[in-house]
This record gives sequence, C-alpha cells and structure tokens, in this order.
Amino acid sequence: MSALYFTKDHEWISVEGDVGTIGITDYAQVHLGDLVFVELPEVGRKIASGKEAAVVESVKAASDVFVPVSGEVIEVNKAVVDKPALVNENPEGAAWLFKLRLADPSELKGLMDRKAYQAYCNTLE
Amino acid sequence: MTGYRDGHRGILLEEPLIFEQDSPGCSGVDLPEVEGAEDTLDGLLREGPIGLPDLAEPSVVRHYTRLSQKNFGIDSVFYPLGSCTMKHNPRLNERMARLPGFADIHPFQPETTVQGALALIDECARWLKTLTGMPAIAMSPAAGAHGELCGLMTIRAALDARGEARRRVLVPESAHGTNPASAAACGYMVDSVPANARGRVDLAALKAKLGPDVAAFMLTNPNTCGLFEDEILEIAAAVHAAGAFFYCDGANFNAIVGRVRIADLGADVMHINLHKTFSTPHGGGGPGAGPTVLSHALAPYAPLPLVIHDAGGLRLVEHPLDPALRATGAAPLGRLKGYHGQFGTFVRALAYMMSHGADGLLQASSDAVLAANYLLAELSGDLTPSYPGPCMHEALIDDRFLKDTGATTLDIAKALIDEGFHPMTMYFPLVVHGALLIEPTETESKATLDAFVATLRDIVRRAKSGEGPALREAPHLAPRRRLDETTAARQPQLRWFPPAPAKAAE
Repeated sequence: MSALYFTKDHEWISVEGDVGTIGITDYAQVHLGDLVFVELPEVGRKIASGKEAAVVESVKAASDVFVPVSGEVIEVNKAVVDKPALVNENPEGAAWLFKLRLADPSELKGLMDRKAYQAYCNTLE
Repeated sequence: MTGYRDGHRGILLEEPLIFEQDSPGCSGVDLPEVEGAEDTLDGLLREGPIGLPDLAEPSVVRHYTRLSQKNFGIDSVFYPLGSCTMKHNPRLNERMARLPGFADIHPFQPETTVQGALALIDECARWLKTLTGMPAIAMSPAAGAHGELCGLMTIRAALDARGEARRRVLVPESAHGTNPASAAACGYMVDSVPANARGRVDLAALKAKLGPDVAAFMLTNPNTCGLFEDEILEIAAAVHAAGAFFYCDGANFNAIVGRVRIADLGADVMHINLHKTFSTPHGGGGPGAGPTVLSHALAPYAPLPLVIHDAGGLRLVEHPLDPALRATGAAPLGRLKGYHGQFGTFVRALAYMMSHGADGLLQASSDAVLAANYLLAELSGDLTPSYPGPCMHEALIDDRFLKDTGATTLDIAKALIDEGFHPMTMYFPLVVHGALLIEPTETESKATLDAFVATLRDIVRRAKSGEGPALREAPHLAPRRRLDETTAARQPQLRWFPPAPAKAAE
C-alpha cells in the first residue's frame, strides 16, 4: 500500500517501503503550460531534502523540481525526457520523474495529504 | 477584419526563403568553369554543388528589401519591451560612427596612427566612470552578460588573492536570468533571495543567507519590477560586513543616469549596457557593449587591454608583463575579447553622452521615469499593477485583470500586434503571475503614450466583455498568425532541406 504526499512547490511523492516516486502535480503542469524539456538527475546521486533535483521547462518558464525528502536517486523515467508532453498528459501517473531511496522516512511528516494540498491550491487561485 | 484603430492594415506580401526561390542557371554572376586546374588540396576538392540558390540580382534585392519591410522595430513603431530599453537612436550617433577616422581604421594599426580612437575610448571611459562615481573601468566586455562575467571574474580573482574560497553567489528571485547563469559560469553555486511584499529584496532573508562562503550579491537597481531598491545602502553594508562583494547589474541604469551614482550606493562593480542606456541599435540591430566599472578593490584585476597615457601619448596595455602594470601591482585577468571592445558602440555612446551633456542625461532619465509612471497611472483603472506606484523606468502589471476572461497575457500581447504596437515583455519577471512589463523610454511623445493606452484599454475591455476567447486568434494581420511555440520547441526545424526530387514515372 503506497502513501501519497504533496509539497507547496507542487511536487507529489508516492512512497512504498523506503522508495519514493516523485513527479509534479496537475496544478503545476496546468500553470507551466506545454512542457518542452525535462532534465532528470543521474542515478546514484544523493540529494538533500529541499534541494533541486530536476528541471521542467515550458514555453513560458523553466522551473526546478525539488526533492521533498532526502535520498538517493535509484531510477529515472527516461520516457518523459524523450517526450515532455507526457507530463502534461499524465503528470500524476505515467509521467513520474524519478525514484528515490529515502534516507529518513520521518521527513515525510511535514508534507501535505491530497486534501490539504487541494485546500492549499485553492488559496493560490 | 474591421475595427482596428486608426485604420491600420497589415501588408501581407508572402516571402519564400531565398533557397525556395532557386532558379537554376539564373545567376547574377557568371564565372567560367576553371579548366585543367591542378588538385592542390590532396583529394579534398569539392565533388558536388555547394547548395547555394541561383537568383538574378533584382530578385535578391527584392527578397532582402521585402524582409527589411517586415522589420518591426523602434524606427517604425512604439516598442515598449520592458527591461530592454528600446530607446531612439539619434542619427547624430550614426553620423559620428561613420566618420572615416573611426570607421575605416584597423585594430592592428600602429598606435601613433589611431590616437583619436584611443582618445575616444579613454573619453568614453571617463564619462562612464564619472556617471557611476567608480574609479576604474574595463571597456572590452561585449555585452551585458559578458560584463557580468567580467565582474564576477574580477571578484573571483580578488577573493583568490585573499586566499578565500567563497563559493556561493546570492541573486534575487526577480533577477535577469543572466545573473545566475554568469555566476554558474564562474563556478559559483547560486542561491536565490526572495522578494518582500513591496517587490524589493527581503533584507532579513538576505542577511540570513549571507555568510563566510558568500562571494557576492548581485542586484539590479532599479530592479526588474521597475522599483528602486530603497534599502540598498543597508543591503550594501550587510554584504560588505559579510566580506562579500556587491555586484550591481546596470541593465536598468537608464532610470537613474545623472541622478544616482552607484558608487554612492556601495557597489563594487557594475556593467553598463551601452546599447540600452546610451542609445545604440540593439535587439538584432547591432552589437551591444558592456563596459564594467570597478571599485578600487577590484580594479587591479580588470581585463586587458587598458588605455593609458604615457610620455608618447595614449597607448594600449595588452600584455600582462607590461611595465605599466608592474608599476601599479595590477594583476589583470587576461583578455575577455579579441581587440579592444565594441569600438563602434563606444563612438555612438560617447556621441550620445556629449550631445546630451550631464544635464541632458539627467533630463532623459527623468523623462523615462515620468513616461513609465504616466503609463502606470493611466492603465491602473483597467489593468492590475503588481505594486503601487510610483515606479521607475518601467511599469509592471500582472494578469489578475484577466481573471475569468478566458484571455491570457500572451493573447493581449498578440492583439497589440494587430494594432501596430510591438508587445511589451511578457511573463518576466517571474515573481508576479502573467507579467506584462512595459518600458516606454524617454523619447516617446505623450500622443504615442496616449494611443498605446487607448489601444491597450480597448483590448482589455474586449477581453472583459466576452471577447477573451476570440483574442486567442490574434494576430490576424501579421505576416504569420499565432505560432505553435510548443511544436517549435519540441521538434525544432533549424535548417531548410531541399525537397526530395520527384521520382520519374517507371
């Protein structure tokens, strides 16, 4: 059973055991517009919580993707690098960006669940 | 289509690429085939045609003339591109730049034959140092971002000389993208500093980020929100107290020339975009120039060449072992550019400064600020300024006024093209949503500003009265309609390919 968390920077992380799968939210892709470029971290890179791990770029802007929790990159989704449009089509599913082996699962405590994230997005409109 | 203001209609002459106009055998120049030439290239002789099109001279002239007629620039329209200072280029500058003594000289000429040109570089440097209050200047950087690189390299050289390995550069969220890029190119980590609710640097956040590993803080003043950083003295003091250097980005210098000397604000270094502030053609129209003024602490590292006075007159210092450098203990960081800088731009900039005089430059910067504030005030009713005025040289508006209209900032910009205006800067700075950044500059008349305001208001009212979705079709009258930016970015076609030859019927 996986657990799903969200950040104020509009990333989601789905956690199963000590592996977290990270992507950007639907809200993020709507506001960025059509993505034209995705840059993902190298497998094996260790990233501290809150640091930038990936870059998504649309015709309007480039935006960093931050890791919500510390960990080591164990897999990246090459399909979104080849076809950034996938992120617009299915940001919270098939277009996940990368997977982390979590260094400290207790860092998940500060994140939002879907309901809290939805409420947060409503305050931004 | 009807309803465009003032009866403007587009001229829609289609113009194929010159390669598509290829008429084999129809060439402006006939060169005989060379018979019996010896292969002196060791088998590297070209085997096929080089792929240039054949056209008669009149066709070539028409092609390029038509393209030039599609040019939509400051000489034909109001061009309020925020953060770019698209100001009028006085023709006097061009006349001076074409004087044979300036235009027909070569960088390798003996110095004794180009004393006038060296004097011009020296005089241009003196004006720039006086206007900024700074003691030294590097004239050779070729544009703004090159000046940033120059400034950061001098900072790095100064820190290296002090034996300090500081590795972080702080940059505000609203900075031009070149700031973090230049810092990264110099090997620094970039850390961004948030803005406060007033659109200025959050001083407390800056102080919290300052530390012994910070090499520099880079700040544009006025900033990219068109606002004067009113806590800049405290910012400079905090940066210096942390042992870091204070880099000023001079991109918006046009707002304060003659009124504020950046030395008095505590800056250690600032690049000056001559092509913005001192009126030389730019934006595809000509080379820029980014002379960079330096404090006493950074001056020893200024890149070569330098122009100095000595017994024989003016001369260039081009070598790091030049005796003149040994005498002062300077340790220049080498060359950043071939030759001596963008000389033609120096001529235009100096012509601009001398023809205005100190009082005229103050008048120009004051008028630029007045024009921007007039636009901000006139547009406040229908649009949504991001911060309360007064502003400096540019007015920042965000897209709250488009809420529920179905139109976006992009649609408003495209609709302006149909009305004969170059759009403003869009979606920059990133600190506000759907930004429209409008910089009118000092030379636009009240009549032009009024026409722009009336047109923009019309477009906005159309958006608000249910025509928002229709605006998504704009521009209607441009040679090309709305471009598919997404496909252009995802599948760029960067060159022309000849059509596949038609297959002969079998």
